Amino acid sequence: MKAPVLEIKNFHVDYGLGSEAVQAVRDVTLTLHRGEVLGLAGESGSGKSTLAYGVTRLLPPPGVISGGSVIYHPPNGDAYDVMALTDAELRKFRWAETSIVFQGAMNSLNPVHKISTQMIDVIKAHEPQLSPSARVARAQEMLKLVGISADRMDAYPHQLSGGMRQRVMIGMALVLEPQVVIMDEPTTALDVVMQRQILAQLVELRERLGFSILFITHDLSLLVEFSDRIAIMYGGRIVEQARSVDLYKDSLHPYSEGLLKSFPALRGERRELAGIPGSPPDLRGMPSGCSFHPRCPQAFDRCSTEIPVLGIPAARNYSNRSVACWLPGRVPISVER
Amino acid sequence: MKFLLQRLAFYVFTAWAALTINFFIPRLIPGDPVTSLINKFQGQMSTEAINSLYVLFGLDKNASLWSQYVDYWGQVFHGDLGLSFTFFPTPVADILKQSLPWTIALVGITTFASFMIGTSLGVVAGWRRGSIMDGLLPVTTFLSSIPYFWLGLLAITLLAGPDSFFPSSGGYEPGLVPGWTGSFIGSAIQHSLLPALTILISSVSGWILTMRNMMVTVASEDYITVAHAKGLSERRVMVSYAARNALLPNVSGFALSLGFIVGGTLLVEIVFSYPGIGYNLFQAVGAKDYPLMQGVFLVITLSVLVANLLADVAYLLLDPRTRKEG
Repeated sequence: MKAPVLEIKNFHVDYGLGSEAVQAVRDVTLTLHRGEVLGLAGESGSGKSTLAYGVTRLLPPPGVISGGSVIYHPPNGDAYDVMALTDAELRKFRWAETSIVFQGAMNSLNPVHKISTQMIDVIKAHEPQLSPSARVARAQEMLKLVGISADRMDAYPHQLSGGMRQRVMIGMALVLEPQVVIMDEPTTALDVVMQRQILAQLVELRERLGFSILFITHDLSLLVEFSDRIAIMYGGRIVEQARSVDLYKDSLHPYSEGLLKSFPALRGERRELAGIPGSPPDLRGMPSGCSFHPRCPQAFDRCSTEIPVLGIPAARNYSNRSVACWLPGRVPISVER
Repeated sequence: MKFLLQRLAFYVFTAWAALTINFFIPRLIPGDPVTSLINKFQGQMSTEAINSLYVLFGLDKNASLWSQYVDYWGQVFHGDLGLSFTFFPTPVADILKQSLPWTIALVGITTFASFMIGTSLGVVAGWRRGSIMDGLLPVTTFLSSIPYFWLGLLAITLLAGPDSFFPSSGGYEPGLVPGWTGSFIGSAIQHSLLPALTILISSVSGWILTMRNMMVTVASEDYITVAHAKGLSERRVMVSYAARNALLPNVSGFALSLGFIVGGTLLVEIVFSYPGIGYNLFQAVGAKDYPLMQGVFLVITLSVLVANLLADVAYLLLDPRTRKEG
């Protein structure tokens, strides 16, 4: 196994304070390894984006990080907890070590500044020693990498198409050559063709620059193809985590299974498409026990009383995957013993 | 460029319409300036003198409305706005030349100061939502709900008086001769303090409120989050990402308020007997002084139009989205 670059440990995020607080992310432990693409999938409201915002401490109020740590391992130097950084240190950390490509690219660019200005000001903020011409050259080079020609440098965001804007955002995210890029539904607003192009480009860029990606999406089919590992989130918790191939072939959690069954496979035998009955849980009144049990076709008594723990399933010969489920054969080793 | 020319054509048309209305309105008001001038001289005028007065004012019955209208345009282009009735026989143009600097200096500077102060306070209030600065907002809103003139009256009653530092009326010490001398300028500033303060207090909170609300709206935009995520300094995000975008509606508001500098604070000038355009208008209305009224309206109209044009240009410069391609 490769070395970790970002370790999220027992991470909790609440919206609001006190007894009224809504727990959006609960006890999430997730490790991103160097050079890998980790997919994070789940329905709307499962806490994917909240997790991404929380990890980078960008949560707008009333979001509160109520516990946990995020350990960042720089390529050379000691690991540190992002949650413990001071404001100035955090500013330095942001974008230079971990950059983000946000959900709507349409609104991620400031409409009144040229894209060159917006790319250069991030270089200026992090590498003030660089000369102005070197900054421009860097920005130009980066835009070229994502397929935007140099003469579009001085364009305003409204003069670019949606796909181009998203490329600019990706280029901007990579301009400081960060170790980690968090992508929050980066291609959701684009058509399928553009989605492909951008993803193919990302894979290529990752090979060239060697960054790790935390890829957040609700589109599991995309992840199966594109990511090394997948974590499935439901009701603020990670319910299953496995290599993409393993998850696709043999998902252990009934929720992952439901997700996988809800899109058609291009190859292989035809199978019935099935959705997941019911709707995502209300975060204000989570079901007792496993939060998925009211919608789970295989739920039994234990599911409604005890919260399942995420762990390596005992009954099978898996060492690099974990699941949180009480079904026979999936109960974690540590709990069964 | 094409856009600007289109706007320019539009403004020329508006100016023509405004000037035409300006010609007709005083003539539709019942009453006759010559009669009131006769009254002023208590009837001690010969018939010939009265007749020649009618001719002088362009009110002789023989001329048709159309030929009066044509003459009016000729005069406007020559800068000849006729003779004032109230300050007979001073030309209106001279009166306006005298009073315009007063108004522009007083209201111009206060409008500008009010915009600058209000906008910067609004930026801070909106950025640090819920802070003490933000909590002060209801107080300023209360102050702005007080009309100019009432605040002015209050200021005169409370602060001005025979022994007070603040004079209660006029633009300068009566004994002084207007000129670029230290004592005159000092006196002018002293006289302008109370009216300026009145305007400032009642207008600043409008700017604070609009700017604050725009800041709050803009602060929730995605590109602000991105700017934070980019690790830019708080100040840079506030100024060049949030305030820069939030400023746009306020700039056009400011340009429009520049247009109302000339006519907008009529009541303040009346309350403080300040020798500006507004006070002229007040006198002109009282004396049915058509030429002076027309002159004042002309100045107000033109300044509103110029301000609008400025707003267009400013918007074009500040917001790239309004610029058309090619």
